[in-house]
Amino acid sequence: MTNPFAARKWNPYLVGVGIGVLSWLSFLTMDRSLGTSSSFVHVAGLLVGLVSPSHVTGAGASAYYAKEVSEKTPMFDWQMFLVLGVFLGAWVSSRTSGDREREAVPGLWAWRFGANPALRYAAAFAFGAVMLFGARLAGGCTSGHGISGGLQFALSSWVFFATFFASGIATAFALFGSEGRRHVRD
Amino acid sequence: MFGIDPLWLSAGGLAAGFVFGFLLQKGQVSKYRVIVGQFLMVDHTVLKIMLTAVFVGAVGIYGMLALGLIDHLLIKPALLLGVGLGGLIFGVGMTGLGYCPGTGVAAAGEGSRHAWFGILGGVFGSMVFAEAYPWLATHVLDVWDFGKVTFSDLTGLSPWVFVGLLGLGAAAAFALIRRAEQHPVT
Repeated sequence: MTNPFAARKWNPYLVGVGIGVLSWLSFLTMDRSLGTSSSFVHVAGLLVGLVSPSHVTGAGASAYYAKEVSEKTPMFDWQMFLVLGVFLGAWVSSRTSGDREREAVPGLWAWRFGANPALRYAAAFAFGAVMLFGARLAGGCTSGHGISGGLQFALSSWVFFATFFASGIATAFALFGSEGRRHVRD
Repeated sequence: MFGIDPLWLSAGGLAAGFVFGFLLQKGQVSKYRVIVGQFLMVDHTVLKIMLTAVFVGAVGIYGMLALGLIDHLLIKPALLLGVGLGGLIFGVGMTGLGYCPGTGVAAAGEGSRHAWFGILGGVFGSMVFAEAYPWLATHVLDVWDFGKVTFSDLTGLSPWVFVGLLGLGAAAAFALIRRAEQHPVT
């Protein structure tokens, strides 16, 4: 039998089972549900706080930082460590299987918008900003809403799932068109 | 300001994140072409993983609740205008970036260079959201507030009805995906 840790790809259904079981364990042992996007607020607060501590902490703090970073959820909270763990887990997984992809410009993007890394990096920054703005407006992302909220049958999370998926499909066809379907694996 | 969760909780978060990131990488959802391929409907890995995780997670969470192993859920409030708008905005960002917040961090762990720009953009987007929050809180986030509700709360039906429906829905989706995969886009 081949070593599963050396495999580049696991059956996606098996991966789904693994994430489902991981969510049980998080609830059971830590009273937490998987999520990632709040940590972007924590990092934002950390950076803003280096310049202007009073904007992030204390009585005069900006309302959102006061809401997100508190006694109950400190700056370096459970989820910040979870996000660090995601990075390390993916790093180890890609190292043990040799599946390192130092992608600068994805093939599909290069087919449509050209292979200029600077353009791609600027676009990635802008779309990343839009994505997190949306996640914070919705109160969660694909993990916090999509998986954790979905599995509890939360109304909010299923509305999120439906809207982001519909919007994602519309955006993908607007950016790449039907022709893009042939270039996904470029 | 720079508080930290207790050691056991921080270590638990790191461990959960490690497993999460490992699974995301082995599931290949740390790759741009897999995420955008889902929205172009040529690669259904994202749906396979998410629907399986949500179904397995739901069985476990509601099972543990019935057995008294956990005594509450962790539901996000259904501020439906914010969630709906946030979902639409999130879908645009996620498709343009080609990662969601969690898979973007996993992609960075795998070596992706443009993922780092998405992460930086995400931190910037969080800063912008924090500044916009006071206005949004009184104009968007207080519209259609249904509270922290689940489908069971809304309908009075047992959560197992929804577990069953989700199982049937996922099975139907997987059957459709299998059919679609027999006729790949060339």
